[in-house]
Amino acid sequence: MGERIGLEVSLAVSEAVKLARADAIAAYPITPQTHIVEELAQMVADDDLDAEFIMVESEHSAMSACCGTAAVGARTYTATSSQGLALMHEMLFIAAGLRLPICMTIANRALSAPLSIWGDQSDVMAERDCGWIQLFAETGQEAFDLTLCSFKIAEDKRVLTPTIVNIDGFTLSHVVEPFELESQEDVDAFLPAYEPQTILDPAHPVTIGPVGFPEIYTEIKKQQDMAVIGAYDVVLEVFAEFEKKFGRAYKPVESYRAEDADIIINIAGAVAGTARIAVDRMRDEGKKVGIVRPRLWRPYPFEDMRAAVKGAKGVAVVDRALSVGGPGGPIASELRSCLYPLAEKPVVLSFIAGLGGRDITIEDFYTMVRETEEVLETGYTDEYKMIGVRE
Amino acid sequence: MAENKSAEFIPRLLPPRELVAEGHRGCQGCGEALALRQVFKVAGPNTIVCSATGCMEIITSPYPETAWRIPWIHVAFENAAAVASGVEAGIKILKKKGRYPHDGKINVIAIAGDGGTADIGLQALSGALERGHNFTYVCTDNEAYMNTGIQRSSATPYGASTTTSPKGKDSIGQTTQKKNLPKIVAAHDIPYLATACPSYPLDLMNKTRKALDIEGPTYLHVLSPCPTGWRHDIDMAVEMGRLAVESGVFPLYEVENGKLKMNMVIENRKSVAEYMKPQGRFRHLKPEEIEKVQERVDEHYAELVERAECDA
Repeated sequence: MGERIGLEVSLAVSEAVKLARADAIAAYPITPQTHIVEELAQMVADDDLDAEFIMVESEHSAMSACCGTAAVGARTYTATSSQGLALMHEMLFIAAGLRLPICMTIANRALSAPLSIWGDQSDVMAERDCGWIQLFAETGQEAFDLTLCSFKIAEDKRVLTPTIVNIDGFTLSHVVEPFELESQEDVDAFLPAYEPQTILDPAHPVTIGPVGFPEIYTEIKKQQDMAVIGAYDVVLEVFAEFEKKFGRAYKPVESYRAEDADIIINIAGAVAGTARIAVDRMRDEGKKVGIVRPRLWRPYPFEDMRAAVKGAKGVAVVDRALSVGGPGGPIASELRSCLYPLAEKPVVLSFIAGLGGRDITIEDFYTMVRETEEVLETGYTDEYKMIGVRE
Repeated sequence: MAENKSAEFIPRLLPPRELVAEGHRGCQGCGEALALRQVFKVAGPNTIVCSATGCMEIITSPYPETAWRIPWIHVAFENAAAVASGVEAGIKILKKKGRYPHDGKINVIAIAGDGGTADIGLQALSGALERGHNFTYVCTDNEAYMNTGIQRSSATPYGASTTTSPKGKDSIGQTTQKKNLPKIVAAHDIPYLATACPSYPLDLMNKTRKALDIEGPTYLHVLSPCPTGWRHDIDMAVEMGRLAVESGVFPLYEVENGKLKMNMVIENRKSVAEYMKPQGRFRHLKPEEIEKVQERVDEHYAELVERAECDA
């Protein structure tokens, strides 16, 4: 077991990247970057991390440069959020399609307009279909651990797909939490140096990124989807190996007091911590409520989610992102799709909360559970409900 | 007669290797494909190519075919310089850590058209030049978005008719002047940049050699006549390049460590009208409009000659 210390979560993520011995980092300070890349720059400057740090002129170039470093076989990392991620949009699909195992932390923050530097999950939800493996961390320790796991998942020869670890902006990225940091020796044993499959090497010329005509495009996309769906098993393997090595257990979906719950709160990310307090209080008051939290978002853990909400009457899904003019929040949409084929399934309600840095309070969870109870009695009234909005 | 002799012995001096293979899908008489052929003859096999989206990318990489006998990556349209930055930096660190399989010097070459350089790729180019990566950027300038259907770019010359700057009752065609990309690149104070044209193969190849040998970012701006977009005969690309240079429309020069040198000062330049005549894109221009272009070319040429004299 590693040393237990207090650390800002961003700095702990940098520590994980250092322990992973990243070879190359390309990043851009869009309004504002997190401390992750600042710390990594310092580590490189102090020769604590032997890496090329490319301070590019935009997020678009950050991901482009990452494609270049990954294509020659360098273990590659970047971090971003909100507008920066949006500017990367085009490159995210290409990095995934080229099967370049880049790892990225997103400190999830709101998208403009209006301009907001504060937290929600609108940024990553807009990139839902970009083809990356995507994970959500709840705690700082989880952010650290998943960062180590992400390299191992992305670089696995069965996967070769870039991977995102989401950490909530500010509520996770900028807070100090207790950590068990692991030793270099242990991390090296868990995560050996990256052995790339195909690289740009004059001795073995390859063409990467050709034109795909209609005769072949569909097949390549199918192949890509099979790799990401297949990554589920690799995620399980990596989590198992991680537990064996470091003693902390992770699953694609976490449940908390959900087994016998009538109403389940479905939420991703750090605010699940607040939900836990609310659930404990409601349980003390005799309400059968629980939490189901997807840690793995892509590939979507269909069977885990079906099993996790089985037996519940209602699921209150909390989304920190809004599909404007659509069915509410993306986590809710996904759960509805996941449950639709089942003959018996709970009622799924979509709640939008915590947009642009608005707090989600314990009382808000009481409200959501209460509203779910009402819908269970009287039926649907709205496609979604927005919590705490002043109208 | 002298020309005929050259035609006999010069090809024997050149490496016979063709790293951009025959049989690609370029248009007949493509000047840009000719430019690449010359660049990569010089660069040789220890080269990695980072290509922008564009004519050269499309014609050389229709999966599962490839014309590339050297490692080649295409990522997107606007980022050839950023991808090359990553390739260069990645190789540097992996070599340092002993994890790159190749010990010797590797040329990292970014290639992009005028749209991918002067318009959408300008930011990535500027960033890569400023950061000082050891790579060579080759802009093959055919003066419009030819691959997508001859739309104007900021490198399209004044008066040229394209599908998005069409000539018309109330339009002369392109109303703006060609963006002076080599001048913008020179403002980054990189160690070496040059203009070149495949109609002058030895000049282009010597400049390629120089650009690759110099440490740090280097830039070649290669005028690449395009029969499809310029609407001249398909056997005229080489002739068009010569006319562009001989008229002073596209002067050949290089800037090394800030010093500009004219590679060819032409005393009796051909007229702009002569250069424009074989090209359908200029066919609508009236003599007085061509005269205006002539004046500008004269002015620009004189400026360059004067600058070269000062720097000498």
